[in-house]
Amino acid sequence: MIINHPLLGPRDSSEFTYRGDAILFNRPDPNSESLLEDYYEYQYIRDNTHGFMKELWFHEQGDRSWLVLTRNTVTHEIIRVELASEYKRENK
Amino acid sequence: MTYSALKIIKEALTGHRGWKPVWQKSEPKKSYDIIIIGGGGHGLATAYYLAKKYKQTKIAVLEKGWIGGGNVGRNTTIIRSNYMLNNNQAFYEFSLKLWERIEKDINYNAMVSQRGIINLFHSDVQRDSYIRRGNTMRIHGTDAILLNQDEVKKKYPFLNYENARFPIKGGLWQPRGGTVRHDAVAWGYAHAADKYGVDIIENCEVVGFEIVNGKCIGVKTNKGNIKANKIGVAVAGNSSKVMNMAGMRLPIESHVLQAFVSEGLKPILPGVITYGAGHFYVSQSDKGGLVFGGDIDGYNSYAQRGNLPVVEDVCEGGVSLMPMIGKARLLRMWGGIMDMSMDGSPIIDKTHISGLYFNGGWCYGGFKATPASGYSFAHLLATDTHHEVAKNYTLDRFKSGLTIDEKGQGAQPNLH
Ligand SMILES: Cc1cc2nc3c(=O)[nH]c(=O)nc-3n(C[C@H](O)[C@H](O)[C@H](O)COP(=O)(O)OP(=O)(O)OC[C@H]3O[C@@H](n4cnc5c(N)ncnc54)[C@H](O)[C@@H]3O)c2cc1C
Repeated sequence: MIINHPLLGPRDSSEFTYRGDAILFNRPDPNSESLLEDYYEYQYIRDNTHGFMKELWFHEQGDRSWLVLTRNTVTHEIIRVELASEYKRENK
Repeated sequence: MTYSALKIIKEALTGHRGWKPVWQKSEPKKSYDIIIIGGGGHGLATAYYLAKKYKQTKIAVLEKGWIGGGNVGRNTTIIRSNYMLNNNQAFYEFSLKLWERIEKDINYNAMVSQRGIINLFHSDVQRDSYIRRGNTMRIHGTDAILLNQDEVKKKYPFLNYENARFPIKGGLWQPRGGTVRHDAVAWGYAHAADKYGVDIIENCEVVGFEIVNGKCIGVKTNKGNIKANKIGVAVAGNSSKVMNMAGMRLPIESHVLQAFVSEGLKPILPGVITYGAGHFYVSQSDKGGLVFGGDIDGYNSYAQRGNLPVVEDVCEGGVSLMPMIGKARLLRMWGGIMDMSMDGSPIIDKTHISGLYFNGGWCYGGFKATPASGYSFAHLLATDTHHEVAKNYTLDRFKSGLTIDEKGQGAQPNLH
């Protein structure tokens, strides 16, 4: 897979480390009533999407930026690559 | 049809005209007592043990493709019971014992070959942890032998002992480990289940569940709706997709694992060798091909094919372990979808929906588990209680903190 890095251009996916579903941005509120339940879900439960999913890739052997990919888990097609910092700002 | 030496002689003399299909193709009836979704090794074994051991009748196995098209026909065929954690060791030892008598049991030649498996170690620390694992195995009554470098050299003279980064210092050897012909396991269980009257229905994809007042009463398929009292799901890499139809989310990610086979060679490899440090393991099939693999690709995937960086990584590992492999040509490679769980261990449990049972999370090691998985899933479906060896493979262990994390990697499925 080739990942089109927003700053560096096309890079081989083997330069990256995979972290999984971008849902990890949504860290549960530590003051919530259902804290244990929320963290259990956050830590262990996944949609495991069949089709397009947003996911976190870390450019470990490159510029060490975190990216958010929109990638199809059935075809491996990547239709969008964003810097995680920007993704987070937009999805606040 | 029963297979025997006598039958082979008879058929040889009469022009092989009397062989019948290994199992009958069935079409769905309106209702069953028990439906198993997924005609892989686990689903078929479950149906077989349900019928034979737990005396259940009116059972159907629904398979969306063909028998043997899933992971049961894609794996690298290794069986072993060299785990360390109590919860795993008892289960996998039970499985190995079932493998040891499976051919008689199902009346099918699965070519079970206990040619031994060795896990290589490269440092003092790794040796100590293997000693610990070996001792745990022996406490469970499993065979485990620690080999030093000379003993490994005698068995496998062709390995590279001079590797600067990972010099081979010895290995933990399990003589009873080995390989089984994977297709024959699928066909054999299908054959045996069919003999007990199980309907094996291919090209039948489950596309939904019928759930009324918290009870699952049937499935929707491309061949119509089918009712059942109990429904067991054993769909490996598609676990999340299928359970999602019942509104459930799982502690599982689907990942692709690749496997490779070389052209046929004369016998050179006496057993299974695993080289964890180099992301490589290998055995030789009876046809002569070197069957090998490495790590999962590492990203979520439902595509039954991987990418080239892992191909390179696996081949590099192979050449660094046994340089002569560089002369062999790669014949075929393929991928299968692993149901990677959050602690690297499987789940065999009821769900919160009455009548709906789940079996999954097998990661890259579910082939060797096939008999025990089928046996204990059948136990659960028939008796509504957990089988002794599988009682800790619960869905709620992630909530209670009783995870079974053999590798100690935490909730990161691609690292297990
Ligand atoms: C490359 C590779 C190497 C491996 N090596 C080993 C090894 O050496 N040792 C080992 O122990 N394990 C190994 N494994 C793991 C092992 O193969 C699996 O854990 C195990 O086969 C999974 O159980 P199964 O046989 O029931 O799966 P499968 O054969 O995948 O069965 C699941 C079935 O469910 C069907 N299905 C899915 N969705 C639906 C639906 N909606 N309706 C109806 N049917 C459906 C699928 O078509 C499939 O046939 C390996 C796996 C791979 C891919």
